[in-house]
Amino acid sequence: MILNIKNVTKQYATHKALDRVSMEVPKGSVFGLLGPNGAGKTSLIRIINQITAPDEGEVWFNGEKLTQKHIGSIGYLPEERGLYKKMEVGEQALYLAQLKGISRQDAVTKLRYWFDKFELNGWWRKKVEELSKGMQQKVQFIITVLHEPKLLILDEPFTGFDPINANLIKDELLTLKEKGTTIILSTHRMESVEELCSHIALINRSNKILDGAVTDIRKQFKSDKYEIDYKGNGIAFANALWAGFELLSHEPHGDLMRAVIKMGNGAKTNDLLAALIPNVEIHSFREIVPGMSDIFISIVKENNLMEPVANDL
Amino acid sequence: MSIITLIIKREYLTRVQKKSFIIMTLLGPILMASIFIIPVLMAKYDENEVSKIQVIDESGMFKNKLTDSQSMAFELDTFSLPVAKTIFDPEKHTAILYIPENVMTNSSSVMLFSAKQPNINLVTTIERTIQKEIENVKLKNQGINQETLDQIKTKVKINTRTLTDKGEEETNAGLTTAVGLIGGLLIYMFIFLYGAQVMRGVIEEKTNRIVEVIISSVRPFQLMMGKIIGIALVGLTQFLLWIILTMTISTVVTSLFVDKKQMQEQMMSRQSPLGTPLPESVEDGSKAAEDNVTASIFGSLESLNFPLLIGAFIFYFLGGYLLYGALFAAIGAAVDGESDTQQFMLPITIPLILSFIVAQSILQNPESKIGFWFSMIPFTSPVVMMVRIPFGVAPWEIILSMALLVLGFIGTTWIAGRIYRTGILMYGKKVNWRELGKWLFYKE
Repeated sequence: MILNIKNVTKQYATHKALDRVSMEVPKGSVFGLLGPNGAGKTSLIRIINQITAPDEGEVWFNGEKLTQKHIGSIGYLPEERGLYKKMEVGEQALYLAQLKGISRQDAVTKLRYWFDKFELNGWWRKKVEELSKGMQQKVQFIITVLHEPKLLILDEPFTGFDPINANLIKDELLTLKEKGTTIILSTHRMESVEELCSHIALINRSNKILDGAVTDIRKQFKSDKYEIDYKGNGIAFANALWAGFELLSHEPHGDLMRAVIKMGNGAKTNDLLAALIPNVEIHSFREIVPGMSDIFISIVKENNLMEPVANDL
Repeated sequence: MSIITLIIKREYLTRVQKKSFIIMTLLGPILMASIFIIPVLMAKYDENEVSKIQVIDESGMFKNKLTDSQSMAFELDTFSLPVAKTIFDPEKHTAILYIPENVMTNSSSVMLFSAKQPNINLVTTIERTIQKEIENVKLKNQGINQETLDQIKTKVKINTRTLTDKGEEETNAGLTTAVGLIGGLLIYMFIFLYGAQVMRGVIEEKTNRIVEVIISSVRPFQLMMGKIIGIALVGLTQFLLWIILTMTISTVVTSLFVDKKQMQEQMMSRQSPLGTPLPESVEDGSKAAEDNVTASIFGSLESLNFPLLIGAFIFYFLGGYLLYGALFAAIGAAVDGESDTQQFMLPITIPLILSFIVAQSILQNPESKIGFWFSMIPFTSPVVMMVRIPFGVAPWEIILSMALLVLGFIGTTWIAGRIYRTGILMYGKKVNWRELGKWLFYKE
């Protein structure tokens, strides 16, 4: 585990931002930190970055209690981000890198590499305000990763990027992951979560309500529903089903028919197919896997129903 | 390089390299030097312009009484007033001075005709000359002759000396006042100018949203102090450059255009508005008195305790700036943009403005109770004490005032640090005083 958050509580004057939140971030994972707006994600991220301190609980980094010396091992791209507009790009990147504790010469070498990679050569001596928004975002990303942090915390990293640059960043993240960097990704974009994350934690109203490996969570929320497209007689299709299979919907789909079937206890997909094949011509058969987005919405809704007035003191 | 030096370096270099800094640094001395130079140059070129005045003297009293001066030439004519008016030529004469026959009985009947509004100096000089002549005639009529008159005229000049441990020292009240006032004024300006820069710097970081990136690497307090110290160095640099450039420019220009004698005259005439009553004799052209004043100024310049003055200036300069700079930083952190700063600026500027008002009353009475207390309170002491020091202040008072100032800025820095670390991460919230009070007690 690179990060171990134990029972962290953070109380602001009238509002409890985090209530005994615990989670573990495995080394080398891409960890999705999810939750609706105002759930407490930013508060947690600020605690990990030691911008604020928790009222209760502890944070452990790589087997040690988190202290100032770990700052150089963490890279942070905040959601609300920006640069000094009037400062030159290169000078600014060097300054911020030095604040993270790496030497100027080291920073120059590394910066050259990244500027090459992101096609920013020639912009070194330009002021930030002369750069396009996308370029500023690239510079910001470079600054976040320049000191080669072990843990990278990205808050909504893809906002402000066009699809090409978003892909560029995504590829870089995967490369960093290959090299062993742990990445915490806080985002509302569920498709990036599906694509990148190996683990997630879901925070709602200051509480962690779900966490674990993405595959496990998927399994947990599996609905045993299957979608079948076929050609043939609808009545014959319905008649072929027996008690173990529940027909949820059944309607034309183009020149085919589409049916959604929920499997009963103990029922096997092969049995279903064996029952159907003699009666209709099957074109496709697939399991309906809940998307992270569906899981997110359903669990947050459920949680809100359970505790209608959770935290508003 | 440690984190805080990095921050100081950035704050310093980005500001020193700015065009506005370079322009201000160059423009400041030119403005300051011009305060010294322009009067000198004006005096020089004034000489060439002589007002020629045509005199119609119906009383016949002023023949050979109106003496020409550097700026005035009188020309007695025998025309009648209506004739003189019709043939008046503004190219040849500046004005017609008409002295009627009954001037002795009706002294308000003198008239001056000119094409343009005559300048005030011209009018007062003529007024004074005529007045004196009429007085002389009247005195003579009372049986007092010229000799007695000359004996009666008395000139008094008080030579001030202070009794110190080292014996008597020559002083000059005007000079002391000037030194105190300039010192206080500079501190006042410096605090406002650079305090506002601190505030703007903090607001910039907050609105740029770079602040969250930075404080994931450094403590908010380091960022705040780095900024305040960096800007203090910018201020000192600018101040130093101003002094060097001002001295260079005024030395070069005055040595090019003006001889030393004139320079000294200028120094004196600048003294007078600041409170030194110049002896009347200057206008009479009594060179001896002039030399006396010049000598007295140079004498008392030597009597001023320069190491103390400069040391105290730098101390109060920095102390006052640090105290207010921290508060300005806190304001910057509490607001979302410069337009929201008004409500918080007022309570900070009031003691500063007050100290300047008090400073002016202190010039009348440096030892007053008000002067003492305001030079102890850290919010006003930088300006007020600076004004008092040239007059001589007991060492224990200076030490106490300095110690209180140090405590003061430690206090404001502590308060500011707490407001700052909460404020910089707070967006889109209109903050009031109560809210700021709460921030003081937030845990980290």
